[in-house]
Amino acid sequence: MTDGRGAGGEFTVLGIESSCDETAAAVVRGGAPGPGRILADIVFGQAEMHAPFGGVVPEIAARAHAERLDLCVERALAEAGCGLGAIDAIAVTAGPGLIGGVLSGVMFARGLAEATGLPILGINHLAGHALTPRLTHGLAFPYLMLLVSGGHCQFLAVLGPESFRRLGSTIDDAPGEAFDKCARLLGLGYPGGPEVERAAAGGDPGRFDFPRPLLDRPGCEMSFSGLKTALRRARDRCVAEAGGLRRGDLADLAAGFQAAVADVLAAKAARAMAAFAAAHGPGTIAVAGGVAANAAVRAALQDAAAAAGFAFLAPPLRLCTDNGAMIAWAGVERLCAGARGDAAIVARPRWPLDAGAVPVAGSGRKGAKA
Amino acid sequence: MPRPATPPMSEPAPAVIPLPGPDDTDRLGAALAPVLRPGDCLLLEGALGAGKTALARAVIRALTHPAEEVPSPSFTLVQCYDGATGPVWHVDLYRLSDPAEIAELGLADAFATAICLIEWPDRLGRERPARHLLIRLDDAGEGRVATLAPAGPGWQAALAAARAAARGAAR
Repeated sequence: MTDGRGAGGEFTVLGIESSCDETAAAVVRGGAPGPGRILADIVFGQAEMHAPFGGVVPEIAARAHAERLDLCVERALAEAGCGLGAIDAIAVTAGPGLIGGVLSGVMFARGLAEATGLPILGINHLAGHALTPRLTHGLAFPYLMLLVSGGHCQFLAVLGPESFRRLGSTIDDAPGEAFDKCARLLGLGYPGGPEVERAAAGGDPGRFDFPRPLLDRPGCEMSFSGLKTALRRARDRCVAEAGGLRRGDLADLAAGFQAAVADVLAAKAARAMAAFAAAHGPGTIAVAGGVAANAAVRAALQDAAAAAGFAFLAPPLRLCTDNGAMIAWAGVERLCAGARGDAAIVARPRWPLDAGAVPVAGSGRKGAKA
Repeated sequence: MPRPATPPMSEPAPAVIPLPGPDDTDRLGAALAPVLRPGDCLLLEGALGAGKTALARAVIRALTHPAEEVPSPSFTLVQCYDGATGPVWHVDLYRLSDPAEIAELGLADAFATAICLIEWPDRLGRERPARHLLIRLDDAGEGRVATLAPAGPGWQAALAAARAAARGAAR
């Protein structure tokens, strides 16, 4: 039974996420600044199927997403113990991401909204990640956010539920992608992050001189693409010398690679914190994304935060990877900020969080089929 | 009925372009971009870290804006841009497991209407367009070398532009 829309400044939102490889639905109740209560959180992952391909097998077909969405939403509502009657709004990821997934999520949400008369909110997937520290910890604005995952890497000053300032991002590969490709180069399994971390245990991170790209340039832009070239060449030298990769080589290569990623992230985090502090004073740096689970990366970031006088916050890993709860929460935040629903939601495969703030030609343009 | 493939009449010889440094990759991309038209497809081959995305980035920036953000498409599979001469598709097929998924991506349409830059084109299988420019990137010392092998008509301008860029760099 509903306790009234917006009663006590609280809302109950159904969140739908299908912008990448996961299909997810969740029900979250709460109000700004959080924390919120996750009443249900269903993720249809495919991790077990990925290993043979050295990467996530993307679900490209929109209809396959749509079939899973049905089931996801049904299960989320059942687990939350509420019907659609108790829901105040439907929040759906409208981008950025794989076009098939985004489209099917948006179409599904539109249909559901039409059938129920519920308002619908189009959520930026990255905003979902960026607002997660409020869902989990009720963190006050402004704070600094590092999104570091398989598809993203950026520093954001989070100023409000729809106000983000990007301080820097990767100009090529995301670190999670770099870990996956490192694992491929070293003949390790998928996902690459945990595999590389395991292989790196006991390795000498200083044996190979891997580059720390862009540290010589000011600003918070990052690059991880050159690292895989350096790794491949170091690997090939090892193979040429010894006729194959010895166990020690593997550990040293993995440790060296991991250290380089951690160093770059920590050094750029230090710059991002300095930029943030200059505008707002020292605060909290929150980290979301699967890569934050890597112990070396995490330790380096924690050290950097301590040195800068920042608090360090990492939401539970389950809420740092793609999920519906963060989308539902972003919907709660928007309702609390006065939003009453979006009239028209368009799937946007490319959707920078701070559209317009960065002097880049064509940002915000719609992608194919959008 | 599928017709047997016509044997290549007289494809121009491949162009071999040395790329000693990142600037040379950028120069090659910038040289190729102006001669590309919607319907042109560049297939980018090479090992992980060979520089496929770097070359694609150079082409895309020359077609859009020098500061255009060109993230790796490995995660999203497809990144689309509005180029000066029409849409540009940057595609990484590594994660595909079945050529049937090519259709789901909408690539067949893109082959006809967009400039396509395709990484890991071996995943295309039978969907590989008959007319394409295959660019293979290999290590050469500390740098790379690109081998441009055309298939089908109409690649003379691209090959000439690539060779001119290499000559300009050598001067």
